[in-house]
Amino acid sequence: MEKYTDQGKKDTRSGFGAGMTELGRTNPNVVALCADLVGSLKLETFIEENPERFFQVGIAEANMIGLSAGLTIGGKIPFATTFANFATGRVYDQIRQSVAYSHKNVKICASHAGVTLGEDGATHQILEDIGLMKMLPGMTVINSCDFNQTKAATIAIANHYGPVYLRFGRPKVANFTPEHQQFEIGKAVMLNEGKDVTIIATGHLVWEALQAAERLEQQNISCEVINIHTIKPLDEEAILTSVRKTGCVVTAEEHNFLGGLGESVARTLATSHPTPQEFVATQDTFGESGTPDQLMEKYGLNNKAIEKAVLKVLSRK
Amino acid sequence: MVHKVNSGHPGGSLGCTEFFVALYNEVMELKEGFDMDGKNEDVFFLSNGHISPVFYSVLARRGYFPVDELNTFRLINSRLQGHPTTHEGLPGIRVASGSLGQGMSVALGAALAKKLNGDDHLVYSLHGDGELQEGQNWEAILFAAGQKVDNLIATVDRNGQQIDGPTEEVLPLGDIGEKFRVFGWDVLEIENGNDLQQVVAGLKEAKSRTGKGKPVCIVMTTMMGNGVDFMMHTHAWHGKAPNDEQLETALAQNPETLGDY
Repeated sequence: MEKYTDQGKKDTRSGFGAGMTELGRTNPNVVALCADLVGSLKLETFIEENPERFFQVGIAEANMIGLSAGLTIGGKIPFATTFANFATGRVYDQIRQSVAYSHKNVKICASHAGVTLGEDGATHQILEDIGLMKMLPGMTVINSCDFNQTKAATIAIANHYGPVYLRFGRPKVANFTPEHQQFEIGKAVMLNEGKDVTIIATGHLVWEALQAAERLEQQNISCEVINIHTIKPLDEEAILTSVRKTGCVVTAEEHNFLGGLGESVARTLATSHPTPQEFVATQDTFGESGTPDQLMEKYGLNNKAIEKAVLKVLSRK
Repeated sequence: MVHKVNSGHPGGSLGCTEFFVALYNEVMELKEGFDMDGKNEDVFFLSNGHISPVFYSVLARRGYFPVDELNTFRLINSRLQGHPTTHEGLPGIRVASGSLGQGMSVALGAALAKKLNGDDHLVYSLHGDGELQEGQNWEAILFAAGQKVDNLIATVDRNGQQIDGPTEEVLPLGDIGEKFRVFGWDVLEIENGNDLQQVVAGLKEAKSRTGKGKPVCIVMTTMMGNGVDFMMHTHAWHGKAPNDEQLETALAQNPETLGDY
């Protein structure tokens, strides 16, 4: 199995901040907006270096989305930033009409997605945002997995015309993808070739999938591990190529099983290559307060849950 | 237009006819043709998108698209959707509106882009009075003053009516001008928004007050359904089309309408 090394735990939101710093230096059209969460979004350096290109909107997310749509008129590339809950559910109609339907070049960048936000509890832990965003026609939906990939994704979406939802998180997690990587929107990343089962993971669950695959290898189960960072548009070809070989699939995401990556994969398989599938995801529930690790354990979102799901799906082949 | 497809919003459209004619023919500095970015020209955003009939009529006459195309309003495969949108590529439209309360934020964003681009042209917007019941407006009103967005002129159509009745009965708005003033805007009034000369003068006065550190608001009193006696003094014609007989009566009262109905 391919070896992946944790280069030192870092939060994905800091990858976003690093990407913004680079964009601030390289792309004069990039502007940033934030709804009173500058520190949480790691925007300090961007703001310090480009004060005229940063807009503090206060606790007013609806206005932030509208401002962003307006800023595109005149050629700016606005990055609208806040927690995932306030960046999506709270402002769904603003995104729908002023951004998606109007096809504006707005980048909605959301931190603290999922249960790993931790102690703040369910009011802040959105597990429905991928579903909300992927249902909007023309919206690109990305959930990056580590610091390096989030930085690369941040830079890549600035060069892509159209509305984008970029989702990342709060906890420090393994940083294992290459420091200098090409981020190709809509293109799956093959992390490990295998023959018995395909594990398709996004976001924080990608590292967990690799750990599960290592343990399963010791049980002589060969796992193909694919990182889907772009949930929409989905790299259907990569998924189908893999499951035609392995014959079963486990999807893994820090999101409700309704509306998430797993459902998009299931749709692809149902229409092109029906295959047994297990879903590592939350089971139509809200989260709660706790540490990220405790919550990942309780809600079945860690490497142990993936391992269990692999054994189950293998029995259904 | 509204009669032909038996749907649409004649009341607010008629009430704002003078505003649109003044804005597009006497006040705004416009380039030839249309591009989305609107650099080096004034741009306009209609927040209360349901008065699309008058917006489309004026855009067509200003040359953004053929006047004949007005006949496709609200029909299948038309660029003239029930509410304005960029989705079908209709020239003159820069954002979709219809779901209320979003236009001021968008107009503010465009105004910020102009400042960043060193473009000293202005951004104009129009809002229904009932629409101010949407909370997003007040986020935008706070922001505009706080950020000193002084290249925006937001006009509120104070016709006092909304779908369910008079605004002051449905959810009272009170003194709108005073509200904007205490939020830090420079406010002026147009007492009769159906008097073309008053509207032109008011818009020009507003223009002279831009660039002075405050966003500018015009509270413009209009008569919903203006020019058609049975559509005035009531909210009944907010979103209702006239029948054949009513159309004939209405047109007889407005001989200058050039037949684009």
